Amino acid sequence: MTDPVLSVKNLSTHFFTRAGVVKAVNGVSFDLARGEIMGLVGESGSGKTVTGFSLLGLVDAPGRIVEGSVKLNGTELTTLSQRDLRKRRGSDISMIFQDPIATLNPMLTIGQQMKMAIDAHERLGTRAADARATELLTQVGIPSAAARLRAYPHEFSGGMRQRVAIAIALLHRPSVIVADEPTTALDVSIQAQILTQMRDLAAETGTAMIWISHDLAVVSSLASKLAVMYAGRIVEQGPTATLLRDPRHPYTAGLIASLPAMAKPGTPLTQIPGTTPSLLSLPLGCPFAPRCDHATNRCKDDPPMTHTAGRGYRCFHPTGQTAKAPA
Amino acid sequence: MLGFIIQRLLQAIGVMAVMSVIVFCGVYAIGNPIDIVIPPEATQEIRDAAIQRLGLDKPLYEQYFIFMGNLLQGDLGRSFVYNIPVLELIGGRLPATLELVLISVISATVLGVSLGIYAGYRPDSWVSKTIMAVSVLGFSVPSFWVGLILILFFAVNLGWLPAGGRGDTVEIWGVAWSFPTLDGLSHIVLPAVNLALFKLAMMIRLARAGTREIMLTDTVKFARAAGLSEGTILRRHLLKLISIPIITVFGLELGSTLAFAVVTETIFSWPGVGKLIIDSIGVLDRPVMVAYLILVAFLFVTINFVIDLVFALIDPRVRKGATA
Amino acid sequence: MSNQSTPLRRFWAEFRENRIAVVALVIVVLLILLALFASLVSPQNPYDLANLSLMDSRRPPGFVGSGGYTHILGTDPQGRDLLSAIFYGLRISIQIGLAAGFVSLTIGTFLGITAAYLGGRIEALIMRLVDLQLSFPAILLALVIVALLGQGKPQLIGALVAAQYAYFARTAYGAAKAERGKDYVEAALAIPLSGRLVVWRHLLPNCTPPLIVVATVQIANSISLEATLSFLGLGLPVTEPSLGMLISNGFPYMMSGRYWISVYPGIALIILIVAINIVGDQVRDQFNPRLRK
Repeated sequence: MTDPVLSVKNLSTHFFTRAGVVKAVNGVSFDLARGEIMGLVGESGSGKTVTGFSLLGLVDAPGRIVEGSVKLNGTELTTLSQRDLRKRRGSDISMIFQDPIATLNPMLTIGQQMKMAIDAHERLGTRAADARATELLTQVGIPSAAARLRAYPHEFSGGMRQRVAIAIALLHRPSVIVADEPTTALDVSIQAQILTQMRDLAAETGTAMIWISHDLAVVSSLASKLAVMYAGRIVEQGPTATLLRDPRHPYTAGLIASLPAMAKPGTPLTQIPGTTPSLLSLPLGCPFAPRCDHATNRCKDDPPMTHTAGRGYRCFHPTGQTAKAPA
Repeated sequence: MLGFIIQRLLQAIGVMAVMSVIVFCGVYAIGNPIDIVIPPEATQEIRDAAIQRLGLDKPLYEQYFIFMGNLLQGDLGRSFVYNIPVLELIGGRLPATLELVLISVISATVLGVSLGIYAGYRPDSWVSKTIMAVSVLGFSVPSFWVGLILILFFAVNLGWLPAGGRGDTVEIWGVAWSFPTLDGLSHIVLPAVNLALFKLAMMIRLARAGTREIMLTDTVKFARAAGLSEGTILRRHLLKLISIPIITVFGLELGSTLAFAVVTETIFSWPGVGKLIIDSIGVLDRPVMVAYLILVAFLFVTINFVIDLVFALIDPRVRKGATA
Repeated sequence: MSNQSTPLRRFWAEFRENRIAVVALVIVVLLILLALFASLVSPQNPYDLANLSLMDSRRPPGFVGSGGYTHILGTDPQGRDLLSAIFYGLRISIQIGLAAGFVSLTIGTFLGITAAYLGGRIEALIMRLVDLQLSFPAILLALVIVALLGQGKPQLIGALVAAQYAYFARTAYGAAKAERGKDYVEAALAIPLSGRLVVWRHLLPNCTPPLIVVATVQIANSISLEATLSFLGLGLPVTEPSLGMLISNGFPYMMSGRYWISVYPGIALIILIVAINIVGDQVRDQFNPRLRK
C-alpha cells in the first residue's frame, strides 16, 4: 500500500475552561489512504467534531491541540504557523458542516462566496474564476450553474445549499475533506442523493473523506472503513463490513444492536444503558466500563488499542471472540 | 418591493397622525397659554380679544383640525413669544442642530464600530478590556456632566478650544454652516465629542456583541475551513453581516441624538433647535413646543422609513421578497 | 457547588466572584447609608439659613470657615459646606431615583403582564402605545411633561415614570408572553377561576429576573435623568437641591476656575450611577443563561 494522504497519531485536544480541563479528544490515531472514505461514528459529545476541527487547526480558544501529530501528504500540520496552515486549508484539506443554512453568508451571492474561496489560494481572473465555480457547481449537481452564480443562498433549497458548500470545499481539489454530518439536516431522499454523489466524487477525484456522523446506518452505506469514538477516543476501528458483522468492542456491538435494520422483527430495539461520561472528569480506566455488561475489575486500567488483522479495538473483554474460540 | 414601500409609507403616515393627536392634546390640554401672552393686569376685553385671535375659545377638536389644516399647508402657527412663524424660527435653527448631530453620530459610528469589532475579535486583550471599560463610563456618566468636564479641561484650564457658540460660519445654499471654517470647526469639536460619547459607547457594545456572535457562527468557520484569511473574513463576511444591526441602531440613534442635543446645545450655547426648545419650555411657548415635537416625530418616522428602504437594498432576503 | 445551597446563596456566591461588582455593591450601600444619615454625618445643615454666612461663599476646598471647621470640599455660592450639600443632595437624588424606579416598575409590570395575559385588542393597544413611546427618546418626554406639570417632587417623579414605565412594560410583556404560550400555563388556565392564580403563580415569577435587571438600570437612569433635568433648570424647586442642581449652581462659576462647586457633586453623582450600573451589569450577566459556560 502507498503512503496514506492523512496520518493522525495520538491526537489530543483539550479545552481549558473555568470549570476545568475538558478532554474532548484523547489520543486519536488513524490513517487515510487516497480516495478512501472513513466513517467517524459516535454519540454527540464523543469528540468527533472536535477531532475534525483539530485536523484543520481550527480549534477555538480555550481549546488547543495538546499533543499528537497530523501529517497531510507528509507535512506535519500541528507545528505549522497560522499563515502556512491557512494556505493548506481549502486547498489540501477542507471541511463541510451540518447546517447549510448557517454555513453560507446570506448577504453574499454564491458567486461572490466561491470567488472568495478561489482567491484565497489562486489568482484567477473573474472569467476563469466564474468558469471554475460553474464547473464545480455542475459537478455537484446544480442545474444551470452559470446563472445561479448570481443567486443568494436563500434562493436555494437546503439540499442545494449543501451542494454549494460541497462545491466550495472541492474548489481546489483537496486531498481530504472532513464532512461533519453534512446530511443530517436534510430530507432523507436528498440525503441519499448527496451520499451517492459524494461517493462518486471521491472515486473520481481521489479525494479522501472523513465522514463524521452519529448515525451508523448512514455512514456504513458510504464508508469503506469505520472508526467508533467514545469519550474522546477511538474505541474500535476497521473495515466497515468486518466491524458490522463482528464487532469487538461492547460499545460498537451496542450501537449495531440499536440499529433498526439489525433488529429481528417483533423484538424491541435494544439500547445502551446509561449516559456518556463528562469529559471534565473522565473515570480512570476504560471510560465505557460504567455502562458495560462485560466490565470487570481489570477495566479499572486503561485498555490499550489491540491490533489484529487490519482492525483494532480498546477492550479487555472483546465480544464475539469467545464464540469463535480463542486464537 | 413596491408593495413593501407603500405598506411602510402608510404605516408611517398612521404613526404621524397618532403622534400629532397625542402631542397636540398633551401640550394644549394642560395649562393656560393666555397667561403668558398678555400681562396679568390686562382688561377682560383684551383677554377675550387675545383668546379669540389665538382661537383658544373653540373646542379642542376644532382647534386640532384647524391646527392640522394649517400644518398640512406648512403653517405651524406663530410663536407666542417671538411672534414670527414657528416654521421660520425652527428652520433657522435646524441647520446648526443637524450639523452637530450628523457629525457626532457619523464619527461615533465609524470609530465605535471599528473599536467594537476589535474588542469583539480579541476579547481577552488588554486593549479590548480598556475599550470596554471606557464604554461603560460612556454609558453611565450623564452627558451634561461630560460636557462640563470638557469645558473645564479644554476651554478653561487648557484654553485650547472655545466653550460655546458656533464661531465663523459659511453660507451654502443660503444656510449657515460651521464646519467649513477652521474657527467653526474648533467650536464644533467639544459639543460634538460630548454628544458622540454615549453613541460611541453604544456602537462599541453593539459591534462587539455582533462580532463575538458572528465569529462563532458556522459561516466564519466554513470560511476559515476554505482557507480565507482573517482579514478577508473580517472585511467581507463580518462587515456585511454586522451591518444590519448597526444600520438599525444608527437610525434610531440619529433620532435620539437629536433629542439629546437639547442638553449639549444648552451647555455649549449652541444656537440650534434644542436650545430653542428649552427656552420655549421655560416660557411655555406652545406653538414652538408642538412644532418641535411634531418635527422630531416626523424625523423619527422618516428615518425609520429610510432604514427600512436601506434594508431592502442591502439585505437580499428582504430585497428579493423571500420568507427565509 | 453543594446541592443544599439556596438559589439566593448560589447567586451570591457567583456574584462574589466578580470583585469589581462587589466593590460597586459596597459603594452603593455606603452611599445609601450616607444619604439616610445625611443629617448625622454632615458637618452642617446646609439648608438652615442661620448656619450660612456669605463670607464663606465660593471658598476652595480646605477653607476653614466662620463655623470654625474645615470645608473639605469647599463651599458653594451661598456659603454652604459642599460636603454637607452633597450628602443632602444624594438623599434627594436617591429618593427620586428609587421612587420613580418602583412606580414605573409597578405600572410597567402590571401593563405588560395584563397585555400578555389578556391578549387580543387590549394587548395590541397597550403594546402599540408602549412601542411607540419606546421609539421616542425618554429625555424629550420627561422634558415636556415636567414643563407642563411644573416644578415639584411628585411632578418630577411623574415625568420620570412616564418616560420609563415603557421599558418595564416591554420586559414584563416579553417574559410573560413567552411563559403564557407554554403548555403548563395553558393547562392551568383550563381550570375554571384559575386565571388570577396563574398570573401570580406563574407569569409574575418568570418576569422577575429580567425585571430586576431593568430596575437596576432604570434606577440609575432616573437618577441621571433627574440630574439632567435639574441641570437644565426643569427639575426640582431650589428648596430641594439634588446633585444635579448643585452641579447646575456651580456651572456659571466654572469659567472663572471655581471648579469645585460643580465638580465634586458631579463626582458623587457619577460614582453613584456607575456603581449601580456595574451591579446591574453583573446581575444581568448572572441571569443570562447564554453567557454561562
